[in-house]
Amino acid sequence: MTRVRLISMLGSYGVVLALLLLILFGWARYDYFLGFFNITSVLRYNSMFALVALGMCFVIMTGGIDLSVGSTAALGSVVAALASPQGAWIGLGAGVGAGLCVGLVNAVLVTRLKIMPFVATLAMMLAASGTALLLADNQSVSVSYESGFTSIGQDNFLGFPIPAWIAIVAYVIGWIVLNFTSTGRAVLAVGGNEDATRLMGLPADRIKFLVYLVSGGLAGLAGVILASQFGAGQPIEGVGWELFAIAAVVVGGTLLTGGVGSVGATLAGVLLLGILFNVLNFENGKGWISLSAYWQSVIRGLFLLVVVILQAKLSSRGTAAAREH
Amino acid sequence: MTDTTRQQHLSRPFDPFDFMARYGTLIALVLLILFNLAFTRNFATTQTLNVNLTQVCTIVIVAVGMTLVIATGGIDLSVGSLMAISGALAPMIFLGKIVPIDNIALAVAAAMIISVGVAGLFGLFNGWLIAKFRIQPIVATLVLFIAGRGIAQVMTNGNLQTFRVPQFQFIGLGRIFGIPVQVVLMALLVVAAAWMLKRTVFGRQIIAIGGNERAAELAGIAVSKVKLVVYAISGLCAGVAGLIVIAINSSSDANLVGMGMELDAIAAVAVGGTLLSGGKATIIGTLLGAMTIQLVRYTLLANGVADAAALVVKAGIIVLAVWIQQQGRRA
Repeated sequence: MTRVRLISMLGSYGVVLALLLLILFGWARYDYFLGFFNITSVLRYNSMFALVALGMCFVIMTGGIDLSVGSTAALGSVVAALASPQGAWIGLGAGVGAGLCVGLVNAVLVTRLKIMPFVATLAMMLAASGTALLLADNQSVSVSYESGFTSIGQDNFLGFPIPAWIAIVAYVIGWIVLNFTSTGRAVLAVGGNEDATRLMGLPADRIKFLVYLVSGGLAGLAGVILASQFGAGQPIEGVGWELFAIAAVVVGGTLLTGGVGSVGATLAGVLLLGILFNVLNFENGKGWISLSAYWQSVIRGLFLLVVVILQAKLSSRGTAAAREH
Repeated sequence: MTDTTRQQHLSRPFDPFDFMARYGTLIALVLLILFNLAFTRNFATTQTLNVNLTQVCTIVIVAVGMTLVIATGGIDLSVGSLMAISGALAPMIFLGKIVPIDNIALAVAAAMIISVGVAGLFGLFNGWLIAKFRIQPIVATLVLFIAGRGIAQVMTNGNLQTFRVPQFQFIGLGRIFGIPVQVVLMALLVVAAAWMLKRTVFGRQIIAIGGNERAAELAGIAVSKVKLVVYAISGLCAGVAGLIVIAINSSSDANLVGMGMELDAIAAVAVGGTLLSGGKATIIGTLLGAMTIQLVRYTLLANGVADAAALVVKAGIIVLAVWIQQQGRRA
């Protein structure tokens, strides 16, 4: 177990190190890479993915998975856009509420009906997407520009984009919950060994219920940011977000089998994948090479490949060592 | 239904959940057909049959490979991307964009063999990651899910490839004795896979691995080899499906071919009664599952329900089917 923890820590530091190296590379190579505009726009855009990945991280730590986050975000963006004429806060609340509803259904399916998380959240992915399309009448829904709703996604607070603030607050809360509360320890315990957790008298089902609910709520929040940043609720956005989030969580060293994980490394994973995009854009701007946007997914895939192979190598060495003892 | 584990339930009293778990999909399909015969106009026509069969074909072909993968306890998220790769590669070959080939029959044959082969190789790559590095299937195939479509887009530079090559499009538009070619392909594949799963050693090994991998390994089964082959088969199936899709459309768009196919295939497998945790699989069930989902969608559309609402209904069916099967197993 300690060995596994060591590997996960190695993974966490590895991702932070890779992130720093990538930033250093960008800073040395491109003029405006660490410019205010670039930093804020990267953070503004990636805060949505950061929120979704945070929820995913907690779900994965319990040994589950949430495939519905992408279409939940789309649903959240549509609901928020529809509610935005009533005011910024109401739009925000409506979007998050829609996300919580999806999370609630996921939680009930997984903990009460005992349906495998993969299937339950796959079904909810379809259902949320269908609901978003129905509500939006198959097109994007323009948000209200009078109610101040758009400032959630577009304005700054203390010189820093509001979506980035939201993500930072969410991650700080996530970090505290995981490391300093009994709920956080229980999340890891459920993922480590669910039956043992139950026998120890910990409320395993309640913990799982909670993580799916939170994941839905965070996805809804990401949807609110999406709608206010781009001025429209977009029912067909969010395709593939769940897999991006899973990739970020995996890159952050969280094992998909559950039981280990780190909130900070997940954030580093999100930023790493996001900045990889950014570096590619800068590289194209330099004109040395011209990689079309299509290369980005290839490079992301390759990146994920390297990470998972490294992880697998490290952990197989870990289990081999454990067997010797 | 073809339940390959053949449990001894005969001596037990009647259990409605168990009954539903075994025959639920078939009953649902029959009920749907009866409903449509009664309420949907022009349902009992060969045209309706053809529309539904041709639409369900590619899903079934991919889902057959997926069933085998899931039977070993795995999953293959990359099938849609592999469809895009084979769909992007084939026109490049028979249109002579890579190497000009004068003889069109030769060019088409080369295009089909190479593009399906490449998809198979990518499948093999998935299997290699899973068997050699013991990476979880969902993560291992996520790599190609992300990168695969990118590869197809890079190959074509994101451009639409249009073509009119009857020799190639035979697999999507042609007919053998009045039956669409892809339906014949699907039927052959289903029969072959069902036979393999039930009657061959390889088929039993697949089930054994899904049931208990460690035990299978101790029993002397070459687990790694079986997994490699299974993922390669899934890749080959996806490759064939990609060709059929572009043949029907007379064009290949790397951005769209096979989009969301992994979900359709997994849904068909789940509704069909294959355990997603592995160890029990039914190819015929997968066929019925895919047809049920297709027919539900057709029924809703034919009766004026929006496609978006059909998605919600599909979600409900998946959950219901899996729940019933679980109750049946518990009993």
